[in-house]
Amino acid sequence: MKAIHNLIQSVKPHFEEGGKLSRFWVVFDSLETFAFTPGHVTSSGAHVRDSIDLKRTMFLVIVAMIPCLLFGMWNIGHQYHLSLGQSSDLLANVLVGAWKVIPLIVVSYGVGLGIEFLFAGMRGHSINEGYLVSGMLIPLIMPVDVPLWMVALAVAFAVVVAKEVFGGTGMNILNVALTARAFLFFAYPKQLSGEIWIHDVATSKAGGMLVDGYTGATALGHLAGTVGTAASEASAATMSLFADGGMFSLSNCFLGLIPGSVGETSALACLIGAAILIWTGIGSWRVIASFLAGGLVMGVLFNLIGANAYMTINPVHQVVMGGFMFGMVFMATDPVSAAQTNTGKLWYGFFGGLFSIMIRVFNPAYPEGVMMAILFMNVMAPLIDHYVIEANIKRREKRLTVAAA
Amino acid sequence: MSKTLRIKKGVDIRLAGAPSTECAAAPVPKVVAIQPPDYPGLTPKLAVKAGDAVSAGDALVFDKTFTNVKVTSPVAGTVKEVVRGAKRRIMAIVVEASGDQKHRDFGVWNGGDRDALVAHLAEAGLFAAFRQRPFDVLANPADTPRAIYVSGFDSSPMAASTSVVVEGQMDHLQRGIDALAELAGAGGVHVGLQAGDNALAGLKNCKTTAFQGPHPAGNVGVQIHHTAPINKGEVLWTLGLQDAINLGALLNTGKYSARRVVAACGSEMDNPRHLETVVGAKLADLGLKVHDGARVISGSVLTGTNAGMDGHLGAFATQVVALPEGHDPKFMLTEGWLSPGLNKFSASRAYPTWLMPKGKTYTLDTNQNGEDRAFVVSGQYEAVFPFDIYPVHLVKSIMVNDIDAMEKLGIYEVAPEDFALCEFVCTSKIPVQSLVREGLDALKVELG
Repeated sequence: MKAIHNLIQSVKPHFEEGGKLSRFWVVFDSLETFAFTPGHVTSSGAHVRDSIDLKRTMFLVIVAMIPCLLFGMWNIGHQYHLSLGQSSDLLANVLVGAWKVIPLIVVSYGVGLGIEFLFAGMRGHSINEGYLVSGMLIPLIMPVDVPLWMVALAVAFAVVVAKEVFGGTGMNILNVALTARAFLFFAYPKQLSGEIWIHDVATSKAGGMLVDGYTGATALGHLAGTVGTAASEASAATMSLFADGGMFSLSNCFLGLIPGSVGETSALACLIGAAILIWTGIGSWRVIASFLAGGLVMGVLFNLIGANAYMTINPVHQVVMGGFMFGMVFMATDPVSAAQTNTGKLWYGFFGGLFSIMIRVFNPAYPEGVMMAILFMNVMAPLIDHYVIEANIKRREKRLTVAAA
Repeated sequence: MSKTLRIKKGVDIRLAGAPSTECAAAPVPKVVAIQPPDYPGLTPKLAVKAGDAVSAGDALVFDKTFTNVKVTSPVAGTVKEVVRGAKRRIMAIVVEASGDQKHRDFGVWNGGDRDALVAHLAEAGLFAAFRQRPFDVLANPADTPRAIYVSGFDSSPMAASTSVVVEGQMDHLQRGIDALAELAGAGGVHVGLQAGDNALAGLKNCKTTAFQGPHPAGNVGVQIHHTAPINKGEVLWTLGLQDAINLGALLNTGKYSARRVVAACGSEMDNPRHLETVVGAKLADLGLKVHDGARVISGSVLTGTNAGMDGHLGAFATQVVALPEGHDPKFMLTEGWLSPGLNKFSASRAYPTWLMPKGKTYTLDTNQNGEDRAFVVSGQYEAVFPFDIYPVHLVKSIMVNDIDAMEKLGIYEVAPEDFALCEFVCTSKIPVQSLVREGLDALKVELG
């Protein structure tokens, strides 16, 4: 540790003002502060400060994502082998998964951090830790077989347009990771609705190796196909996939043994993440709980309406499918783009969950309603806060008129 | 029985080195200094020049606006120098103590009308200790405040104990409260008590409310907010407990008393205990044993100033704290952000210390523990800010200097000290207290 410190200090002069490498000061500074919390002492205000800093906060979010990441890796291999009708062991599954996921992570961090370094250098400020989380979230919400150049483009778009133009971490209005996903969704709709949810499914299909019943579509993709058609044999066949013993049965959806984006399939892994976030106090329980409540309420309402097959799905089944849980735990809780006030968080979460289910059922063109719902609520969050704070201001004014009377 | 209010929000920072209940008389300081920057809102004009002989109670400076409000010398002696800072701002008037007890005689107060009492206090240097809310500045002697608030306890980390402070002083304190009752308007005098502590039981002529809960329950701003919050257009005065005692002593004896009981504490202080000294005493003269390289703070760890051993006890300081400096970089895995952090105190649950027994104490150094960032985390300030005010939004309105928003968001009710814990817990290390002070000053200028 002393040796590392000495090494850093010995190369430091090259990066300082006037040194040969001074243009890379930002890079050096962020690496130095990454390794060592700097010896800055307090100069004004409180003399002692809490041990928490942004690095610790972001690190804990990444820890909470680990179950989703590991399960996702395994599930990629599992789905691949299932689609071919082969049996496989843990190692084989994980190897296939790692082969798909590690390049995604490398591209996401490489492109994202590269742009962050560039902007930090241009603006002369230090690098914020925000992208540590976004860079891990993006691979987890990507379809398995998405081309890497698309990921790179999406990351670049998200970091520049959703974050840096607003001033960097803490200033963004939209969740950065979801913006990357939304960019892909709107820029490459054809590719994104294609057969990219299971590794190599298109090739397997062409080669006629695919097991019967495997179309490569996600649960929500299947369900979207039922909307607008009257209760027919086709929709009955789809719905049978969701019954006990079907491919998308409640237990399969809960455990995550279904095709989908890399890290989103397992509700169980997401809930473990939620437990870590709530237990450490990093994620807002208000957002998570109200988001879940919103989704369940909408599910119950749809049950009561029951106009098509999609609406009749059990609310619990609804919320464990697709990206609902992942969005609830890791996207909606992003403190920057969520509502800031405690009361506002409850409304923000509730409507986020409500709209997630509503969009996926009403608009089959957007099977992944949770993405649209959270982005929409990101935009609405300042408005929610505005009304919460107006109420506080009114309360204070009322006190004044009572005192004057 | 007074009413007991429970304050839920806040945090007690459990620092090692809390003072014992022993109270010793510190050696008589050889040098004493009055530091006008300790008095927010006071624009000092010199009443003396270097070389003048002064008695205890003789004016050293007076305020430019309220010219009868004086700050007086705590001891008899000779004015040694006037220390000036940037733009010739008066930073301190240093008095070399002669060692004799020559006091200016103000005469025992035998009653009189309110104006005469105000003039009496102002002349003796005690009116300068009154602060007004809004703005947390020197009170205007021409005002009649709705009420006067005295916090009967200090809840900040390692604070001086009320029972030690008032030991043998209850006569003076009661006399002080009686005088405050004459000064206050319809709201009278309010004393905030610590729930479960009987040190101030039996005070008369005032309303009392007991407060239970973590810091900042002892902050007078919190006590005002939870009993009768300030509305726009109202003026309240606040006074420290020890100043209320000194006020009573002046009226009882006719002599200006600058007595201060301070908690000499902190992990770098040997034998942490209470010391009796005077306002402005040079810290090196107090006989403290402080470890090498420590930071010596006049005041609390949350709101005090980095005085050093050559510095002086601040006008409102009731603590002298010695803390280790945190100059050493912390390697991420062993002591930094990736470490298990079993000895890292945090109000959050990001380190496992929240699972430790409540009695465990921690040695915190002065490292900022992170770099300056924009606001990222939400809900953090709210958890330690027991006001019906949105602290982050108020601070943001100050950052953009939006006077209208500051007023609407309730800046009238707060003082920088009320935000001290927000500053402590802030993940983004935002200098909240100085921002709030800027906001209060900007608003005061705007409103004239």
